[in-house]
Order: sequence, then structure tokens, then C-alpha cells
Amino acid sequence: MASDPWPGFARPRLVGRRPASAPGELVLSLPSLLWLGVLFVVPTAIILAMAFKPADPYGGVGSGWTLATWRSLGDPNYPAIVWRTIRLSCIATVACLLLGLPAGYAIARAPFRWRQTLLLLVVVPFWTNFLVRIFAWKVLLHPEGFLRNALLSARFIRPEQTLMYNEEAVLLVLIYTYLPFAILPIFAAAEKFDFSLVEAALDLGCNRIKALVLVFLPGISRGLLTAALVVFIPALGSYLIPDIMGGPAGEMIGNKIAQRVFVDRHLPHASALSALLTLSVVAPMIVVLLTRASRSPAGLRRET
Amino acid sequence: MRHSRFPAAVTALCLAFFYVPILILVVNSFNSSRFSTVWGGFSLVWYERLIHDRAVWLALRNTLIVALGATGGSVLIGTMAAFALHRYRSRLQDYHYALIYTPLVMPEILMGMSLLLFFVAVGIPLGLATITLAHITFCASYVAMVVLARLQDFDFTIVEAAQDLGAGWRTIIWRILLPLLAPGIVAGGLLAFTLSVDDFVITFFVSGPGSTTLPIRIYSMIKHGSPPMINALSTILLALTLTVAYATQRLIGKAEVKR
Repeated sequence: MASDPWPGFARPRLVGRRPASAPGELVLSLPSLLWLGVLFVVPTAIILAMAFKPADPYGGVGSGWTLATWRSLGDPNYPAIVWRTIRLSCIATVACLLLGLPAGYAIARAPFRWRQTLLLLVVVPFWTNFLVRIFAWKVLLHPEGFLRNALLSARFIRPEQTLMYNEEAVLLVLIYTYLPFAILPIFAAAEKFDFSLVEAALDLGCNRIKALVLVFLPGISRGLLTAALVVFIPALGSYLIPDIMGGPAGEMIGNKIAQRVFVDRHLPHASALSALLTLSVVAPMIVVLLTRASRSPAGLRRET
Repeated sequence: MRHSRFPAAVTALCLAFFYVPILILVVNSFNSSRFSTVWGGFSLVWYERLIHDRAVWLALRNTLIVALGATGGSVLIGTMAAFALHRYRSRLQDYHYALIYTPLVMPEILMGMSLLLFFVAVGIPLGLATITLAHITFCASYVAMVVLARLQDFDFTIVEAAQDLGAGWRTIIWRILLPLLAPGIVAGGLLAFTLSVDDFVITFFVSGPGSTTLPIRIYSMIKHGSPPMINALSTILLALTLTVAYATQRLIGKAEVKR
């Protein structure tokens, strides 16, 4: 498990299953179906419905239906935040792929004993508390912190510059947080990759770059895709990282949602933003599923 | 073929990137100075203060109550779901798989927000109960995936053999399924426990007065509190997670060796 934080992407090969429905099937399936139906599907539906409700001035929800909330999302400051959210998530994804590709490759090519240790070293940050990791960066980048003083005395930054409370700090911690998620699927794909193919390509006159782009990258495309998704989707929904590292200059959609819920008590607004976020999460997944389906007919459906 | 040094260098860089901030944190937790830039000498003063902080102990108690409830609930639901997903092939199981899988890819803030609206709409007062319900919801999917992965290597002919030899369902569950699948179920449970102990975003949305968990306490300490105490608390948490991670690895490793 530890080598794949989102095991669903590596779809299990399901063998020896029974075709016919049996009473046992219902008994085993009902608890999870009911639980997730009530506590996952219904709440998500409430968000979608709430986005079309008017707000009452007391922080509650009025009766009737309206599109006013959606129209107010056109306000000038929203597109800016949505754009920043998408931009930061895209840059973080690309950065994680660029770092994760050589790292995943190196770990997959390492001798077996080393491989276990390296994997564990990559997984441990993923096991440590999320808040602790963000706090570690806050200490490091703090205006009175060690790094800023060092940079200041080396004259790399001007005295009025800070390292925190800007987009770059958010981006840095996004990459820090999600890089292990990117390395693991790339490693998993590279480990299964048959490297004699690269050697064959080199023997047949490919140069290294060509062999990398034409043979290795297509060979691990699934791992790359998973890596991109496991960085991009949580990055889109980040709340804590911009909240602690970003300040007003680094706000993302997640911060606006929390602000609408806890500060302004404007639930329809928060719901409309959540609906928007849900759509932007679901959209890349559908694109990926469709491209997978067109490449291999068995790809979309579970292997049966 | 000559190997390029570049990938190894990037790996080393990534690992340094992962660990330097954490190491600075750990070192600073033993710094008697309030300020991270000055080394005031080795001291355990922040640990001592932490031990006398009642709010932290209360938060720890709440965290453990929630984590135990969440682990129990999600292991039960997740294991049953994994069995159904593995054993039966039907339309129902396709939907079932999608339903189990989607919470894994939903950003936490969406789940927190939707559960908050749900609890408010249904009229359940926010507190430890709502936090536990929310945690079971997202942990169950993880447990199901871990157990499902274990089931892939399970030989169901053993069950059929037992049935042929006259074993009843109770015997099969207690004498065959649970012992053989224990490593998977325990690994799933440990994962659920860690996820629950760690969770901030969903908890933040569905917690009420008096139900402060440890991550929420750390959050308010980060926002308004004393950094050296968070350093100490973070170091303790780090040590605990490392222990659990190591135990899980050993468990999974042992199961693999056995096969």
C-alpha cells in the first residue's frame, strides 16, 4: 500500500469473482453503500442544491431558487482567485513531474536494498502530520527566520522583501507537500518498465534524449498521468497551505470557501464555490478516463 | 550503458528538500531560546511546558476518542465492502466501486463543507460525534482499498475446501478469513488511525465547541501561539508517526515474506 497512496489508480485485477448476485453480496455491500450514500452522496447533492438558493441576511438560507449567487461569482476578485488557483496547481504539477521523474527513475534503478530504504524515505514525509510539515516551512521562511537572515546578509534579498505571505511561498509548500505523491506512481511505473527496450533503442541508434522521449516516457505514461492527477487535484482544493503561507496575496478557492462559511456565513456562496471546485476536479478526471478508454477498451471499466 | 548521475542527484536533492525543514524543527524543539535564529543551548523546557498544557492533553484525548471510533467503524465497513467488491461481479459492484473510490479523489475541503451543510440540515449538533462520523466516511474508502489489494492474492479455494469439509460460515470467518487477512485488515486499520489523527480540514469544518482535536489545537497554536511549543509537539508527533510507519512496514513486509 505504502508505495501507492491512491491504490485505485492501479486498478486491481479482479479474478475468480462470482458473476451472479447472491444474498451475501447485499449483506456485504449494504453497509458501505448506505454509509457513503447518506454521508457522501447526499451532502454533495446538498452543496449543488444550496448553490441555487438565496441567502437570508441572518446567515441562513432563504426559500425559493435563484441564480444570483452564480452571477455574483463574476465579481472581479473571483476570476483572479480562480485563475491563481488553477495557475498555482498547474505549476506545482509540472514541477512535481519534473522532479518526480528523475527521482522515480533513480529509485526504480537502484539496487534492491537501497530501493526499500529510499522508498521509505520518500514515504515518511507523507506519513508525518500535514500541519507539522507546513509549520516547518513557516519557521524556515519566517521574517525573523534563519533563511531570510542568511539571504539578507548575503544580499540576495532586499530588507523590505519577505519570503512568506506571497504566491511563491504557497507554490513552494505545495510542491513540498505533493512531491512524494508524484514520485511514488512514477517509481511504480518505472519499476515495471522493461529497460531492455531502452537499450534496444540505444543499440538501434537512438540518442539518450530520443530514447527517453520515445521509449521510456510512453512506457510509463500511466504512472505520469497518475502522478499529475494526485498532485493537481489536491492542489486545486488546498486550503491550509495558502491559509498559513499565503496571506491575502496567496489566497486560493479553498480559502474563499472557508471564509464564506466561517466569516461571512454566506452558505449559498460557499456552496457555489464548492460546486465550481467540484467541477474543476471532476473535469480532468473525466478527460483522463476518456483518453484511457479510447486507448484501451478495457481501461475505463474494471477488469472483470 | 553509462548511467547518468543526474537522476541520483535529483533524488538526493528531493530528499534534502523533504528533510531539512523537518530537521530544523526537531533541532529547534531542544533550543532553550524562544527564537529559532539563536541557539540558546540544549533544553527540554518546551517539552516540560507542553506536558503542563491542559488544552493539549484535552485535545489529545478527543483525538484518540475520534481515531478509535473512526478506525473501528471504517475497518468494519471497509472490510465488508472490499469482500463484496472482490467476490462479486455485477452492475451493483461497479457502482459500489465508483462510490468507494470517489471520496479518495475529492479534495478534503469539499467533503468538509458538504458534511457541515448536511449535519446542519439534519440538525445533528457539531461535536465529537460529527467528527467521528466524518472520519469514518473518508477512512472507509482507504480501508476498502487496502483490504481489496490484499484480497487479490487470497486463494478462495481454501474457503471452498473448508466448506467441502463441513465448516460453517462462523468457522470460516474466524478460523480462515480473519487470520489470513489480518495483515491487510490491520494495515488498513493503522492507515485509518493515522489519517484520522492527522486530519485537519474536514475536522475543522465539522467540529463544534469543546471538540478540539490535536490538529485543530496545533492550528490555533500556529496562528496565535508560541512556536517553540509547537516544535516540541511536532517532534513528539513525528516520533509517534515514525513508530507507526515502521510497524506498518514491518507488518506488510512480514506478510510479503510469508507468501
